[in-house]
Amino acid sequence: MAEHGRVVEASGVVKRYGAFEAVRGVDFHIEAGECFGLLGPNGAGKTTTVKLLCCVLPLTAGEIRVFGMSAAEHPRRVKARIGVCPQEFNLDPDFGVRQNLMVFSRYFDIPKAEAARRADALIARFRLEDKAGACVDDLSGGLKRRLMVARTLINDPDLIVLDEPTAGLDPQSKHQIWDEVRALKASGKTVVLTTHNMEEAELLCDRLVIVDLGRIIESGTPAAIVGRHAPADGGGTLEGVFLKLTGRQLRE
Amino acid sequence: MTLLSNISWRLVPVWRRNLDVSLVTWKTNVLPPLLEPLLYIFAFGFGLGAYVERISFEGRTYEYVAFMAPGMVAVGVMFHATFESMYGTFVRMRYQKTFEAILHTPLLMEDILAGEILWGATKGLFAGAIILAVITAFGLAAYPSSLLILPASFLAGVMFSAFGLLFAAVSPYIDNLNLPTFLFITPMFLFSGTFFPLDGMPAWLRAVAACLPLTHLVTVTRAAAFGRLAPGLVADFCYIAAVGALVSYQAIKLMKGRLIK
Repeated sequence: MAEHGRVVEASGVVKRYGAFEAVRGVDFHIEAGECFGLLGPNGAGKTTTVKLLCCVLPLTAGEIRVFGMSAAEHPRRVKARIGVCPQEFNLDPDFGVRQNLMVFSRYFDIPKAEAARRADALIARFRLEDKAGACVDDLSGGLKRRLMVARTLINDPDLIVLDEPTAGLDPQSKHQIWDEVRALKASGKTVVLTTHNMEEAELLCDRLVIVDLGRIIESGTPAAIVGRHAPADGGGTLEGVFLKLTGRQLRE
Repeated sequence: MTLLSNISWRLVPVWRRNLDVSLVTWKTNVLPPLLEPLLYIFAFGFGLGAYVERISFEGRTYEYVAFMAPGMVAVGVMFHATFESMYGTFVRMRYQKTFEAILHTPLLMEDILAGEILWGATKGLFAGAIILAVITAFGLAAYPSSLLILPASFLAGVMFSAFGLLFAAVSPYIDNLNLPTFLFITPMFLFSGTFFPLDGMPAWLRAVAACLPLTHLVTVTRAAAFGRLAPGLVADFCYIAAVGALVSYQAIKLMKGRLIK
């Protein structure tokens, strides 16, 4: 089902952990069918923002609406339509590759025959055929990441959230994930991407926000952001702008 | 009471997941409840029983092995339900990140944790049923009254499983779980009327024993195995159900608070 208008609307979003304010009042929206980037140094609040959006953490203040529904009030309905690929591997080590997809499909209440069809299609799409019966612990980092992304799609989500999906991957696996993101967009899906890879952000994101210290410090299309901050003689890169905006000192 | 309203039928796939894992390793899951009671029956029943041939209990005398056998069923339920929720849940929560993955589906944390409690209870029922079969084979269980042991095992399984989850929720490290084993499980194992009638103990120790959850399950399994069901057992069932409900609520609340800040 193709969406129209705004898939996500976040306004005045605050998240505090005790005295620490991880997200300090951010506003953003995500249009249907776009790839929206969340960039920022480590500890900037990207993953926290993603978790709030995915209804796995409660908001301290503000509101997030996903598909027009309040994330706080309808977490089950929102989560049923989102696919999330977290940064940390959390595949089920007690099961093999195909079984991971099958077991995960049950949480979405997908009938068994349909789940089997989807699992086989995803295994083929992510080139996991040779490993379908393999134990998850025996997979390489690249294969694990591919299986994580495949699992993200088991519920045929309308909004796909990928939290640093290419971190630590070899160029082949990285390009395969990029192709998948393009394919998802081409099929009308909305994608949220967090990344440290500026090349990735420029290639894939229609719009992005740069987050630092829990606040959005810049937003727009990659070209517009570079245009605003790059030196007048041209030749600016997103990475150069990113460093200029967020500073060169280490964050953590 | 949003905690209760956040528990739904969606807990079923959490239970199914754990069942699927245990079906893969079913041999190692069947052997302990099958062999443990045999060890106890041989060691205590026949070893100690050679010296303590008969034991008087509620105005009748029984062979020692017959007295002890229903206690083994109760102990098995306690061990298997508690340890599943204590160690199994801790491993799934902390090391396997299973709950984090499931949280990105329509399930809420309350569904996941209630499913875990239900799974621990299932392990308790399973252990109770196998041990009941063993003591039945030795002619130590009267029927049909012994069938009551099955629902009792499940209900007590919920209670012990909830205790296990509670311990997992408050333990920072997996090694900390040795403490509830030492402070909670072992005293119950020894002082719940499993190996000897409580009547011979000092009054204060009897009062303590009456508060121990295992005591109430032992009372039920022994009455059922002896074919001497009495109305008083309703109180034991009520105690088990009430403690089970209270501890489940507290365990889910604490574990959720630990995982979702």
